Amino acid sequence: MNISSLFIPIIVLVVIIYGAYKKINVYDSFVNGAKEGLPMAISMFFSLLAMIFGVNIFLKSGVIDYFLSFLKPFLILINVPFEVLPVAIMRPFSGSFGLALLNDIYKVYGPDSYISVLASIIQGSSDTTLYVITLYFGTIGIKKIKHALWVGLLADLFMVIMALIIVPLFF
Amino acid sequence: MINKLWISLIVIGSLFLIFTGNASILNEQILSSGKATLELVMQIFPLVSLWLGIMNIAKDSGLLDRLSHFIYPLLHKIFPLIPKGHESLGYISSNIIANMFGLGNAATPFGLKAMKSLNDLNKNKDEASDSMVTFIIINTCGLCVIPTTIISLRMLYGSKDPSSIMIPCFLISFISLLFGLLIDRIWRHHK
Repeated sequence: MNISSLFIPIIVLVVIIYGAYKKINVYDSFVNGAKEGLPMAISMFFSLLAMIFGVNIFLKSGVIDYFLSFLKPFLILINVPFEVLPVAIMRPFSGSFGLALLNDIYKVYGPDSYISVLASIIQGSSDTTLYVITLYFGTIGIKKIKHALWVGLLADLFMVIMALIIVPLFF
Repeated sequence: MINKLWISLIVIGSLFLIFTGNASILNEQILSSGKATLELVMQIFPLVSLWLGIMNIAKDSGLLDRLSHFIYPLLHKIFPLIPKGHESLGYISSNIIANMFGLGNAATPFGLKAMKSLNDLNKNKDEASDSMVTFIIINTCGLCVIPTTIISLRMLYGSKDPSSIMIPCFLISFISLLFGLLIDRIWRHHK
């Protein structure tokens, strides 16, 4: 597990030592690269603002919980724990919301219960589709994104279905 | 598409809040989004800058080229339109590798650089190229060997085996990535 805490130092060291070995001015190169960060941060701000504005109104409105309450009897019928569904629905919209839900599930059921494991795997098997699309396309100024959003959301849906099928085999 | 989604999010959310008598929550959300976004950008900006600096050393020293030559045979199958030796390949591979090891903060600037250099190959700067769409799908699927955030949350709650979710996470995100790439191909050829 702690191997991951070694990755960053190793990457940094390898890059710097290789640069020194190739006799480039490592310091200047770093500063020149880092300078690009500010224009990037400025251009990402506006599209992120738009998306966070929309997503927060939607997620905090409680409309998801309202509609899920209608689905509850059906879910119990096909043996899907109800608590997992909000995590699945939030996943493409917001990383921090999903993590907060996961936190609540751990608190109630403990981290090793079936519900917690299933929710963790749903949270961990995808990235925040809407954020990725807004950030990457927004920062470089692409307006027509073709089928990227649809395929991203379809893959998310597919991921949840796969998790519901595969996780019971593991745990 | 994003436009319609954005309108729906706001209209549905706002109307629901107003009809359930929670207009105060709506007010709060409208006024606080700016601050929330600024906090997010302020949080990632220093790290983005730092990694862009490290990345630039790798680019200037030729390390990035080496990496992209090494990984080219595999990437060429996924991105047939990127010419051999193009710098975007180095950024794409760095982005994928950083994501795999759960280094989200490093993956973001690599991904942004990848998108920028893919845009150099793009003829119509308003519209996403096929390679960009494929690259975005790889990122939205979040292929990850070490889901660092979740493992640390599990540790925090005293899980007996915090990393037990690693293999199923990788397996499921890998299957959904293949699914995403397949749909991407099909969609592209039927247009």
